[in-house]
Amino acid sequence: MQPNSAATPAAGRVRPTDVYFFGTCLLDLFLPEAGMDAITLLENLGLRVHFPQAQSCCGQPAYTSGHPNEARAVARAQLGLFPNDWPIVVPSGSCGGMMKHHWPRLFAGEPEQALAEALAARVVELSDFLLNVLDFHPQDRGLPTRVAVHTSCGARREMNVHVTSWALVDRLGNVERVVHDHESECCGFGGTFSVKHADIAGAMVTDKAASLQHSGALEFVTADAGCLLNINGKLAKDGERVFAGKHLATFLLERTGGKA
Amino acid sequence: MSEQQTITLYPSRQFKDNARAALKDGELRQSLRTAMDYLMAKRLSAFSDGDELETLRTLGETIRQRCLAKLPELLEKLEAQLTANGVQVHWAETTEQANEIIHGLIARRGGTLAVKGKSMVSEETELNHYLEARGVTAVESDMGEYIVQLAGEKPTHIIMPAIHKTKAHIAQLFHDKLPDTPYTEDVDSLIRIGRNALRDLYLKADVGLSGVNFAVAETGTLCLVENEGNGRMCTTVPDMHIAITGIEKVVEKLTDVVPLYSLLTRSAIGQPITTYFNMISSPRKPGEKDGPREVHLVLLDNGRSQAYADEQLRKTLQCIRCGACMNHCPVYTRIGGHAYGTTYPGPIGEIISPHMLGLENTKDLPTASSLCGACGEVCPVKIPIPEMLMRLREEEQRPAGEVVAHPLRGQGAAHTGKEALAWRTWRGLFGQPGAYKLFGWAATRLRGLTPPGQLGWTQNHVPLKPAAKTLHQLVRERDAARR
Ligand code: SF4
Repeated sequence: MQPNSAATPAAGRVRPTDVYFFGTCLLDLFLPEAGMDAITLLENLGLRVHFPQAQSCCGQPAYTSGHPNEARAVARAQLGLFPNDWPIVVPSGSCGGMMKHHWPRLFAGEPEQALAEALAARVVELSDFLLNVLDFHPQDRGLPTRVAVHTSCGARREMNVHVTSWALVDRLGNVERVVHDHESECCGFGGTFSVKHADIAGAMVTDKAASLQHSGALEFVTADAGCLLNINGKLAKDGERVFAGKHLATFLLERTGGKA
Repeated sequence: MSEQQTITLYPSRQFKDNARAALKDGELRQSLRTAMDYLMAKRLSAFSDGDELETLRTLGETIRQRCLAKLPELLEKLEAQLTANGVQVHWAETTEQANEIIHGLIARRGGTLAVKGKSMVSEETELNHYLEARGVTAVESDMGEYIVQLAGEKPTHIIMPAIHKTKAHIAQLFHDKLPDTPYTEDVDSLIRIGRNALRDLYLKADVGLSGVNFAVAETGTLCLVENEGNGRMCTTVPDMHIAITGIEKVVEKLTDVVPLYSLLTRSAIGQPITTYFNMISSPRKPGEKDGPREVHLVLLDNGRSQAYADEQLRKTLQCIRCGACMNHCPVYTRIGGHAYGTTYPGPIGEIISPHMLGLENTKDLPTASSLCGACGEVCPVKIPIPEMLMRLREEEQRPAGEVVAHPLRGQGAAHTGKEALAWRTWRGLFGQPGAYKLFGWAATRLRGLTPPGQLGWTQNHVPLKPAAKTLHQLVRERDAARR
């Protein structure tokens, strides 16, 4: 088990008045609405949300592709953006895992080591934050529905937060959460993996999409931008027009009536 | 059919082509999925107490790391103890040397028939093929290995060599290859047919060959884990027993074996304990009625010392070859073992093969993972497999000329000027706020120009298209509206 896992109860994690929001590059460029939804959700819960405009990317794409120097250069550009001692909320599990678990390694022996470690300790994945820090009990205003939840592997294994997504969905009175076949299995995104090994990644996303489609759910939710782009991109390629996924933040905002 | 043929069929250099072919084989995919689901469920049921599992894994990791930290010393001690016990120890740096040693020992006795217990290290050296070419027939006695050998293939899994074969495949194979064998898909009958074919061989064989699961330095004991009793036959009936294993298999004390054995059998197939556990400490002693008169141990390096030299990569050698990482790997489950073209497939294969074969021959293996982490999560000795994969990616991207403390064979094998430039460009755009802002602005304005083909991505997905406005812009607009 990782420290700061979702299993850690809210005790000891003080509710802040302000948070930083690290939007991640994927959300920024491809799913900005989901990012805005997460920010709105946090604001609706009474927090002041600070979005440093100079942010870009956690460095993960280069890091996992065998280019740590490039990753470090990009990560370094983020280090100075969070001067106040507020939590850094990240709406994507694998990016959160990169910042929390890999930044300290990436900067080991570098002048920024202490800073990177201090920031890493403040990084918290969105669903974990909503559940365990804010103890968010969403008031469900939506019609009865059924959803499946896909958790990114980074979130599951590095951040241990699959349970937090489940718990949040389970707190919605009109939502039935259904389990899909091989739920814990990877969707095949893996950053450049889906480009370098497109055949294998294709087989994985095909199976994941099918298992979600056949789960009996009307839609699926995930708290990871990469998985969402991967699975939705596959469903769209296959001409699926009805069944799709959305970011957990969007789903929660919709259910609580926060979306116009 | 010789193994040589098989090897040219599935070279690790052609991993992507192999994988593509395997993915098209619906029957293979179905049988792998069913088998892996079964093995995962079995493992889970053997570790029903999560806390006990974690305690045991930590213990397993600690033991393996301690033994590796003392490796040179333990190897010396092992040799001394085994020698004192009457077992002859041989050292081989390369697979060729190991084969020469083994063939030499057999030839000295004029032997022509060897019967083999399961040994992945002998697969590594392609021993059967080497012996065959020199007039020695080596017959596999483990049922799975026997099937694979009969089919002229290589094992597709380190624990279940024939897991890719259906009942019908095996029925057909026995019917075709074994004289007077009727076609039957009855599992018990198939096993009986196989066993009968092997029975006589134990008596006729000049030599018994086997692997080793744990070599205990303290006592000079070779431990062999098995379920079929064939390992015991191979190591006790013929007059000479030759064991072969990798140098990393040594453990310090007899007590180290207990937790590792428990982790091994439960992780591999969810068994609390195997049917046979052999502890071999010496040849037949005066006055004893049975057992081989000569026992030899061949200790093979084959690239292991390359992994050993690097503190981080050394963890690769903690492996106890349980196969759990394969069983849980979404990539292995879809392509099977042959596609890797290496002796060890799956996650462990991706991290150990580069040391054995060089990155120049295995460059597609470290990237053949989504880094989902399922392997590291189940590894009984806690090898951080994703971390090893990322490190190997770094080494294969590192320009060949760059000087580092522990260069790996094939450094820079995946380095291309094009990819290096792409990452430098990425760094330039994402590493400077001004450049990134401009990039975001341009990407959203030019979204209509998004290319319809995006490398491998569009093979499975609609093209990625930037949104009309970035999150940066949306936040700026919101802030402006509030002011
Ligand atoms: S790497 Fe770990 S899980 Fe894989 S075979 Fe070795 S010990 Fe088992």
